[in-house]
Amino acid sequence: MLQKKNLWWLLGVALMVAFPLVVKDPLYTSIGFFTLVFMACATSWNMFSGYSGYIALGSAVFYGTGAYTMALVSIHANMAPGAAMFWLVPLGGLVAMVVALPFGWIALRVRRHTFVVITIAVFFIFQLGASNFSFTGGTSGLALPFIQWGSSYYFIPFFYVALVLVIFITAVSAAVRRSRFGLQLLAIRDDEDRALGLGVKVTSVKIVGFTLSAFTIGMAGALYAMEQGQIYPQFVFNPVFDVSVALMAFLGGLGTLTGPLLGALILESSQQYLTVSFSNGSLYLILFGSLFLIVILFMPQGIVVYLRDRLSKKAELDRVAMKTNDVAISGGTN
Amino acid sequence: MTVLLSAQNISRSFGGLKALNNCNLEVEKGSITGLIGPNGSGKTTLFNVMTGYVRPDSGTVTFDGTEITGEEPDKVFARGIGRTFQLTRIFGRMTVLENMLVATQHDEGWLRSMTRSKSSTVDVDNAMEWLEFVGIARLATLQAGSLSYGQRKLLELAYVLVANPDVILLDEPAGGVNLTLINQIADKIRTLNAQGKTFLIVEHNMEFVMNLCHSVTVMNQGSNLVSGKPAEVRTNPLVLDAYLGGDDEEVEEVVNG
Repeated sequence: MLQKKNLWWLLGVALMVAFPLVVKDPLYTSIGFFTLVFMACATSWNMFSGYSGYIALGSAVFYGTGAYTMALVSIHANMAPGAAMFWLVPLGGLVAMVVALPFGWIALRVRRHTFVVITIAVFFIFQLGASNFSFTGGTSGLALPFIQWGSSYYFIPFFYVALVLVIFITAVSAAVRRSRFGLQLLAIRDDEDRALGLGVKVTSVKIVGFTLSAFTIGMAGALYAMEQGQIYPQFVFNPVFDVSVALMAFLGGLGTLTGPLLGALILESSQQYLTVSFSNGSLYLILFGSLFLIVILFMPQGIVVYLRDRLSKKAELDRVAMKTNDVAISGGTN
Repeated sequence: MTVLLSAQNISRSFGGLKALNNCNLEVEKGSITGLIGPNGSGKTTLFNVMTGYVRPDSGTVTFDGTEITGEEPDKVFARGIGRTFQLTRIFGRMTVLENMLVATQHDEGWLRSMTRSKSSTVDVDNAMEWLEFVGIARLATLQAGSLSYGQRKLLELAYVLVANPDVILLDEPAGGVNLTLINQIADKIRTLNAQGKTFLIVEHNMEFVMNLCHSVTVMNQGSNLVSGKPAEVRTNPLVLDAYLGGDDEEVEEVVNG
């Protein structure tokens, strides 16, 4: 059983590795790259928000921090444009982590709905900051050292580095899911007060989870900045990014391992494809809208959970039992 | 006898409502102590104060000679005070076994907890033993949300026990469950008590309290009214008065036991 599961993962990775070699068109390699970046971000987001139930809508803070770290360090260190800049990707993650500590310390003092609002507020502070400070170049952004790789080759290194990043983040997410720490995050999702009363140090668990997810999103942001060669505050601190990663995780299946990967794969690749092939930047919104209607109506727990329930008979039994015992599912009194 | 857990002169107001007013309670080591009183007399609030969920305005909570007033619930639990809730609170989207593993205690930092598997053999064996004890081991792999109300009560008892607390606070363990299960729960409490566990029980089912508890404290309007052996408390005129202000049925229950 486990063997079979691992085979599926291997097959997925093999397909990804083969993709730029088989489909030689750089246009599709670039679509592949952006898709991988969003797969990395959605998985990172899910690692905290999906497991703990604390929906963060300020992930672009970490994405942007990673991107600006890449830009500022490569510019000020006078780095030679080229592959060496990839080493700044983990640095972008680390700086995002440093930002996440005070951010999380403040935002995680409040419960769910208020937390969402605070993350949005912090996001706008960062966006405003990036557009107005002089060291960030203001609204005209920053130009990174120009990488002169041929147009047919340009996206290939980025594609593979992004793939390594996705594999790394998925492995971390899987490790969290199997650890005691991950179990505590799930317990917080189901009933935070009860978890607290069973000895779970909820505040530190939440802050660590939040910071960890910031680290991996920051790395993705840094990689994006390097690929773009030029960053603008409105694109790296983008409210659409905040919503997109959350929606990708919801679409695929919140709190599952494959859900955010699948959600990002479907949404980002189709958005890129529609934008490129119809040269219409908002056509994808129609697709997004109808997809979400379908998912919310027919599979509110996401595609992965829906399919798993269909395939597994045990889940079927659980569901029957759930229906008969629907009472008192949400307790809670003090 | 030594006092294991005590609350001294606890007061707590919510807005204009004095939920607890100079309330005192002592739980002797190795005893089963009952806490009864009309609805709204402050029993659950006292539980919340003693387990760190509510901070008292004044007064102290002492456990095993140490003052623990105002400590967070996770610390209180780690000290050895477990509790259940009036309406059961379980982790509905996790399996029964995972529910148990959440309560397993490891004194460790976050880095160790990230690298520690959630289901080590030792932890799982221990959890399964307690599930076996309360009689729901066969449900271990089910989603906890699919359990019946009675099964949830048993699960709540089991996951409090998994951390091996010295004293267990049960908030209405017999509320909303059938007679067979009530007797089953009473048996479990007696067995555990014989093994040295101390219990403090809030309960409206008088028969349950009178048969099970060694001593009973009656609360009314946020203060402790009377404490003593069940038989003494039952006939105390002050207690009858307190219940007369409440529900007629409850008065009958106290009188008839």
